[in-house]
Amino acid sequence: MTDLIDPAVAERVLGRALANGGRFAEVFAERRQGLSMAIDESRLESVQSGAEEGAGVRVVDGATTYFAHVDGLDPADLERAADEAASALRGERKEPRPLRAVVTVPLPIERPPGEVPAERKAALLRELDERARGQGAEIAQFTSSYAEARREVAVANSDGLLSGDDRTRVRIGAQAVARRDAIVETGAETLGAHRGFELLEDDPGRIAEQAARKALTLLDAGPAPSGSMPVVVGGGFGGVLFHEMTGHGLEADHIHKGASVYVGKLGEQVAQPLLSAYDDGRLPGEWGSDGIDDEGAPTQKTQVIEDGRLTSYLYDRLTAEGDGVASTGNGRRESFRHLPIPRMTNTYIAPGEATPEEMIAELESGFYAVSFAGGQVDPATGDFVFGVSEGYLIEGGKVTRPCRGATLIGNCLEALSAIDAVGDDFFMKSGICGKGGQKVPVGTGQGHVRVRAMTVGGTEL
Amino acid sequence: MSELSLTAGRAVEAAVAAGAGDAEAYASRDSGREIRVHGGEVESLTAATQSGIGVRAWIGGRVGYAYGTDLSGPGVAAIAARAAEAARIADEDEFASPPQPAPAEGLPGLSDPSIDAWPPARAAELALTVERTALAADSRIAGVEQAVYADSAERVAIASSTGLAGEYEASSCFAYLQALAEGDSGRETGLGFGLARGPDGLDPEAIGAEGAARATAMIGAVKPASRNCPVLLDPTVAASFAGLIGGALGAGAVQRGRSPFAGRLGEELAGEALALHDDGRDPAGAASAPFDGEGVPRRRTPLIEGGRLRTYLYDTYTANREGGESTGSAARHGYRSLPSVSASNLVVAPGALSFAQLLEEAGDGVFVTDVAGLHSGVNPVTGIFSVGASGRAIRGGELAEPLREFTIAGDLISMLGSVRAAGAEARWVPFGGSVSTPPLLVGEIAVSGS
Repeated sequence: MTDLIDPAVAERVLGRALANGGRFAEVFAERRQGLSMAIDESRLESVQSGAEEGAGVRVVDGATTYFAHVDGLDPADLERAADEAASALRGERKEPRPLRAVVTVPLPIERPPGEVPAERKAALLRELDERARGQGAEIAQFTSSYAEARREVAVANSDGLLSGDDRTRVRIGAQAVARRDAIVETGAETLGAHRGFELLEDDPGRIAEQAARKALTLLDAGPAPSGSMPVVVGGGFGGVLFHEMTGHGLEADHIHKGASVYVGKLGEQVAQPLLSAYDDGRLPGEWGSDGIDDEGAPTQKTQVIEDGRLTSYLYDRLTAEGDGVASTGNGRRESFRHLPIPRMTNTYIAPGEATPEEMIAELESGFYAVSFAGGQVDPATGDFVFGVSEGYLIEGGKVTRPCRGATLIGNCLEALSAIDAVGDDFFMKSGICGKGGQKVPVGTGQGHVRVRAMTVGGTEL
Repeated sequence: MSELSLTAGRAVEAAVAAGAGDAEAYASRDSGREIRVHGGEVESLTAATQSGIGVRAWIGGRVGYAYGTDLSGPGVAAIAARAAEAARIADEDEFASPPQPAPAEGLPGLSDPSIDAWPPARAAELALTVERTALAADSRIAGVEQAVYADSAERVAIASSTGLAGEYEASSCFAYLQALAEGDSGRETGLGFGLARGPDGLDPEAIGAEGAARATAMIGAVKPASRNCPVLLDPTVAASFAGLIGGALGAGAVQRGRSPFAGRLGEELAGEALALHDDGRDPAGAASAPFDGEGVPRRRTPLIEGGRLRTYLYDTYTANREGGESTGSAARHGYRSLPSVSASNLVVAPGALSFAQLLEEAGDGVFVTDVAGLHSGVNPVTGIFSVGASGRAIRGGELAEPLREFTIAGDLISMLGSVRAAGAEARWVPFGGSVSTPPLLVGEIAVSGS
C-alpha cells in the first residue's frame, strides 16, 4: 500500500467531488519517477531523469463523466481538482461511503532499479554496443536505450474502495543498421518486463546481437511479394496479430458504440476450435501486468476465446456497469492526466499442438512473417495492417529468401477464422499500445500461427 | 517578468550551483479542456491545468536532462541537481553546447481569446453540432463513434546561462469525429476534422459533413487488383508522407547515417511540381512560435525547391557538428523531452490543377483517402514503405468504385521523384506533424490487393 493519499484527505476530496451530485466519484493519485539513457555512435547520451506527481478526480452523473486533473498531491491540489470536476453539476449533494482499505500485493521487484548505480546501466549499454558491432563489419550504426520507471498509484472512490499499487518496469531496446554498398537494412529487438533490474541479469546483450543479425540477414533480401497467400506468423511479438485483429475489437467501449466487428458475436464460433485466447493482467513479471487496474479492480485472467468461441469482452468499470457484469480489471490509463478506458493487459493465443516446422513444410508457397514492427486496426470496420520487420518467402515447404518492406493487411473476422494452425512454441513480448491518445504497456504472445490466406503488400507483382 | 520566466531563471541558477558549466530551463504551463460527445449527450468533460520544467545541464561536453512538476523553490533545485547528476553519466561530446542568444521577433496571432469566452456548455454544443450534422447528412450514417472538441492555452518560458530569455503564449483548438456508415457488407468509418487557434475558427457543420461524406463514400468498397498505377493522394495522406520526408530531413538522422536523404544535398530529387519548405512562423501553422525548443528564432527554410534538396533541418548540436547555423528546428514534446531536430510546420506548395483536372491527369489509377500502419510500415532509415490504404478507383479521369484492404508500397525517394502534379487547394492537416498540403498526384506506385 502506498502513502500517496491520506484516507481522511481522500474522503474529504470525494465529498467535495459529490458536492453537486453525481452517482460515482473517484480520486486517482500518482507519483512517477523514471530514468532513461541511450547509446548512439558508441557514445552514451540522452541521460534523462523525471519525477512527476498529481491526481485526477472524476465524477460520473448519468452518462456523463466530469474529469479534472492537477499537478501536485497536496490536499489543496486534490480539493481543487474535485471542485473543478464538480463545477459543471447542478444536483443535490451526495455522501460517499466511508473508505475501506483493500490490501493489494504489488508485483514483486527483486532489485529496485533506483538502487542500482547509473554507471551500471551505462556499462550495460556499452556492452550492448560492443556485442552488436561484434556481429560484423557491415554493422554501420547501432543505438540502444535503457529505461526504468516506477509508478506508485492510489485509487479511492465513493463506493468506499481504497487501494493502491507500486509498479516498476524496466525495458531495453536495440536497433542496428547494416550497410553493404548502397543497401541499407535495419534490425530491432526489445526486452521489457514489470520487474526490476533482475530482468537484465540473464545476458541482456543477446538482444543487441539479435538486432544486428536481423539487419545483416536483410542485406540479402529481395522485394516482398504481393497478393493473397498463406502466412506463417512467428511467436512472441507475432501476437500483435491477435492484439490488433481481435483484442481491440473486444474492448467494451468499442462494443457499446457499435464500433466493433465483434458486436453481437458473444458465444459465437469466430475461430477454428484449435484456438483459445486470453487477456491476463496477472502474468508474473510480464510487461502488461499490474497488481490492480487503474480503477482499483484486481487484475485477472480473462478467457476471450475458448475453442474458437467468443467468450468475453474486456471491461472497465463504466462499460461493465452498462452490461450488468463485473469489471474484468481492464480499466487502464496512461497517467493521472487521463480517464481510464478498457485496455488490454497481456493478450495471447494459448499454445497449440503444431510445430513451426510442420506448418511451413505443409505449404507449397507462402510468406513467413517472423516479427512485426507494429500494427493498427480500425475496430469498426475490422480492417487491420501490420508492418513486417523480418519476413521470408516460403517455397516448396521451405523458408527461402528474406524479403524487405512487406505489410500484411486484412479484415479481422475473416483472418481470425482463417487461422488453421497454432504452434506449441509459446512466448511473450513487450509492446506499447496507443488508443484514444493514451499509451500503455501491453504484452503480446503466441507460438507460431498460420493464417490460410492474407494479403501481403509488397512491390513484386 | 512572469512567474514562469522567474522559475526558469531560478532553475538555471540552481543547475549551475549544482556543478553545471552551462544550463538551460524550459518551463511551460497550460490549461485545456476536452469534451467528448456520443449519442446527443456529453460523454466526458475534462478540465486540466498542468505545468512543469525541464532542465538541460552541460558539464564540459557532457549533457544531462531532468524534468518534473514540482515548481516550488526546493522542487526546482532538486530537478536542477538531477540534471547535473545526469550530465556526469553521459559521455563527452565536443559539439554539445548551449545556443547563444539571438533576438527572436515577436509573432502575434498565436493566441485566440475566444477560448476563454466560450464556456464549457457552448463548447459541448459545438461538438454536439458536429455529431448532429453527420447524423443528418445521409440516411446511411448509422452513428458517430465519437465527436470531440478540445482546446488548450499554453505559456512557454525559456532561460539559459548564456543569457537566453524568452516567453510566448499560444492557443490551439480542434474538433473531429469518426462517423459510422452502414453498408451491405458492414460498417465504414469516416474522419472529419478542423483546426484553429480558437473555437470561433471552427466550422462544426463542415467537420460533421466531411466525416459523413468520407464514411458513406466507402460503402461497398472492394479490393483492387494488384498493379502499378498512378496514385492521387488526398491532403490527409499527402501530409503523412510529407511528415515522413520532413523527419528524414532532420540533420540528426542524416549525420548518423539513418536517413535515405544522407549525402543527397543539392541533388535533383523531385520534378518542378513539388516544392517543400519548413515554416516555423506561419501564423496558421499549429507549430509556429517565435523561437524553437531551445530558444533559437523560428524561420522559413526551403527544403526542396526547383526540384533540388536545398538543406537539412538543424538544431544547435547538429549545426555545431557541421560548423553551420541552426535552422531553429529544435522541437520539444513539452517539458518532459530533450529538444531534438524536427520539422515545425511543413508546407507543400500548391500547384495549378483543380481536383477534377488531377483526376483527368491520373486517367486510370487510385485516389488514396486514408493510410494505416505508418508507424510500422515505413522504415525511416531506408525510406522503404508499405502501408495499408483505402480510397476510390479512378477510371477514365473520374472517381469510380470505393476500394479497401490494399497496400501502397515503394520508397520515399522514388516517390518524391514521381510527383507529377500538385492540386491548387492546400489544407492544414494534423498528421505527419503540422502540414499544409494540396492533393498530390504520384506517377506510378505499387498497389497490392487481390
